[in-house]
Amino acid sequence: MKKVRTRELKSNAFLVAISAVLLGLIAGAILMASIGSNPFTGFWYLFRGGLMNIERVGNTLATSTTLMLVGLSVAFAFKTGLFNIGASGQMLVGGLCATLVAHHVILPRPLYLVVLILSALLGGALWGIIPGFLKAKFNVHEVVATIMMNWIAYWSIYYFVPAYLKGPSLETESASIAISQSLRAPWLTNLFKGSYMNLGFFVAIISVLVIKFILDKTTLGFELKAVGSNRFCAEYAGIKVNRNVVISMMIAGGLAGLAGLSFYTGYSRNMQIGVMPSQGFDGIAVALLGASNPLGVLFSSLFFGILQSGKGFMNAMTNVPPEIADTIIAVIIYFTATSVLFKRLWDGLFKRITQKRERELEEETQAEKSVEKEVK
Amino acid sequence: MSHVIEMLNIRKEFPGIVANDDITLQVEQGEIHAILGENGAGKSTLMSILFGLYHADRGQILIRGKEVHINSPNDANDLGIGMVHQHFQLVHNFTVTENIILGKEGSFFLDRKSASRKIKALSEKYGLNIDPDMMIENITVGMQQRVEILKMLYRDAEILIFDEPTAVLTPQEIDDLMGIMRNLVAEGKSVILITHKLNEIKAVADRCTIIRRGKFIGVVDVKTTSQAKMASMMVGRPVNFKVDKKPAQVGRVILDIHDLQVMNNKKMLGVKDFNLSVKAGEIVGIAGVDGNGQTELIEAITGLRPVESGTIILDGNDITNSPIRKRNEVGVGHIPEDRQKHGLVMGASLSDNVAIKEFYHAPFSKHGILNATYLEDYAEKVTTQFDVRSGEGISSQAGKLSGGNQQKLIVGREVVADPELLIAVQPTRGLDVGAIEYIHSQLVAHRDKGHAVLLVSFELDEIFNLSDRIAVMNSGELIDIVKTNETDEQAVGLMMAGVKHKEGAQ
Repeated sequence: MKKVRTRELKSNAFLVAISAVLLGLIAGAILMASIGSNPFTGFWYLFRGGLMNIERVGNTLATSTTLMLVGLSVAFAFKTGLFNIGASGQMLVGGLCATLVAHHVILPRPLYLVVLILSALLGGALWGIIPGFLKAKFNVHEVVATIMMNWIAYWSIYYFVPAYLKGPSLETESASIAISQSLRAPWLTNLFKGSYMNLGFFVAIISVLVIKFILDKTTLGFELKAVGSNRFCAEYAGIKVNRNVVISMMIAGGLAGLAGLSFYTGYSRNMQIGVMPSQGFDGIAVALLGASNPLGVLFSSLFFGILQSGKGFMNAMTNVPPEIADTIIAVIIYFTATSVLFKRLWDGLFKRITQKRERELEEETQAEKSVEKEVK
Repeated sequence: MSHVIEMLNIRKEFPGIVANDDITLQVEQGEIHAILGENGAGKSTLMSILFGLYHADRGQILIRGKEVHINSPNDANDLGIGMVHQHFQLVHNFTVTENIILGKEGSFFLDRKSASRKIKALSEKYGLNIDPDMMIENITVGMQQRVEILKMLYRDAEILIFDEPTAVLTPQEIDDLMGIMRNLVAEGKSVILITHKLNEIKAVADRCTIIRRGKFIGVVDVKTTSQAKMASMMVGRPVNFKVDKKPAQVGRVILDIHDLQVMNNKKMLGVKDFNLSVKAGEIVGIAGVDGNGQTELIEAITGLRPVESGTIILDGNDITNSPIRKRNEVGVGHIPEDRQKHGLVMGASLSDNVAIKEFYHAPFSKHGILNATYLEDYAEKVTTQFDVRSGEGISSQAGKLSGGNQQKLIVGREVVADPELLIAVQPTRGLDVGAIEYIHSQLVAHRDKGHAVLLVSFELDEIFNLSDRIAVMNSGELIDIVKTNETDEQAVGLMMAGVKHKEGAQ
């Protein structure tokens, strides 16, 4: 009797993410239909808005850059068992440090960029270390501590910017950084036909690769993951749990600081006061959809970037409000949060397919046998 | 001969592992039928198929001679099959009656009285001794189990499956349970008992089906078959119940504890003025009832708990206040009491778990970069040498292994690191004979290599089987240290209760 083994099918994070995205889009379509718009035109303009020409692609990438770095920050903290919802504050401080450097430091361009990037990294890292230290030393929950740090950053900037970085015209925002002192590069601006595209994109891509390397290949990543998944076992094995909590928050903060860099000295070129950057929270969604995996974060930030930068165009061309895009994002988050259900759904489906195939094979062989018998 | 249950040629496959391979089980009307097999042999899978939790890939199930398809526990209930799970499924702030009628409340108006009356009658009929109006949270574990039994009887179950029912019971409760099982079959019910404990089978079962690694090995008549015979059928080779060991070749002092005081979680002294030394080439067993300071003592030696006063010297190094990693480097190996909390990272692979103590130095890593090839080879070596069975090899998640294989993984990790002092706390809790025998032989082998072994166990059998000397603990104090061959279980038992044994002192 011939035996054919059917291939074992299994669901994975990618399949789960795609299911969540599709269901999110379907929910968006239903919403559009229910306010009397044609969902197909709505989506057409939503995605056209993000991708229709090279300039818009550049804007989408610039939007994604910030999301990617914040997503990476949140995902990295997740891997270590920490919930960093202080990315907004870390962005603000990182951005502030970078803005200060941009206004005051004159150096040859390559060296200047290094100093600029380091300043944002350190600013964000500092804002991450504090809650990390509070957690390690006094067991203050990082969610509480990071929210507090967000507001400390918010109000500090509220006073700091008008006092020291005031622009010539407006009281509520800092003076614009000269293009030559920003992350904008003439060749990139030309390549993307005058969009917001800037060098931050490369900073983000390099960060993704570095974080992936740290998590997968280094002893530091090994320790951080061990602490994240079972701190008792990590402690038993001789890993210094508290030290790792601080390091993890420091790196997560540094990444969010880089997000601030990309936003305040790349996408825009000034800092407004009284605005808590919403990217800090959107980054949680990016990390969730990306299953806290650096490469997953890369792709999910690109997707969210399209939605974010396309929603204005959709609103301009149809009567669909831009909030629909935000709703789609929200629904996707709900579906990613219930990813266990999708995993079960897919696994169940695959199992049924495999079983069906096996049964068909069996029936076939049996049918063949009976035919053979009849022939005899 | 009438078979009440027949499971014929059952096969069930999970990714990477055949849990049941052509297994046949035939249970007669009115017998206690045991299913014996090591952890992970496929007993639970087989019962889950009978109970409708899994679907067999192949094979048939016949109940009273009629072929049936069981797709859910409800189908099983309708066929008169009931199961007492290892973990009870009871609502704690409900009464016994409320728990039993849950899901079978009948009409819209709850008739607690008649239900309660029926339960009382059943309880008396089978000698269960349960008051239907008690709250679940106020009754003992043994009584909770009897509530689970009543739940099945209330649903007119004819076939009762007990999944490892004695794991949570005290010796007295185990005796009671056996009596109940005999009552059940006397009233015409049939009982299936899943276990890996041979003495229980010998005490209560009529026949026994033996499974090994998912395969059907045989059915034996319990009365005419010796425990050794059943054990060897289960494990696949003859089993030694006594540990073979040569007399200890004692060398220098490895662990030296002086006047140690350690606080417990209630901020009281959990270990008081404790003095103990363990020499190379000997196994010292710490005997005592659970909760008499053993945990605090071990955590102080391994560095998980700070020391109040006193010193701990390991092979000449004062490690009283050293960080844990330093102790590991000096030579402390630790098989922890709670393997799931301290022993393993459940979500991580076997290879990561094997390296979790040593990943930071060469050859596991260099300049902070992990050496993936070495990690894999090392994990392959440990898992092969210690016979850790898993679905997907060294990349399997530790949490997907059976308890015995998890423990073998930990023992492997600790023994291969070759520590001067190996601390083993309850190293065989919840394991089957095969695994126990193996782990015991590894501990003795470690001793024979000239290392010190400190064993903590709440089972006197284990203490006596392995130890060269026995240190008895009571309320955080060392009552006495005696040589194993100069004492007996009764004397040690008395000391465990706090009675000092004058003549036994060295």
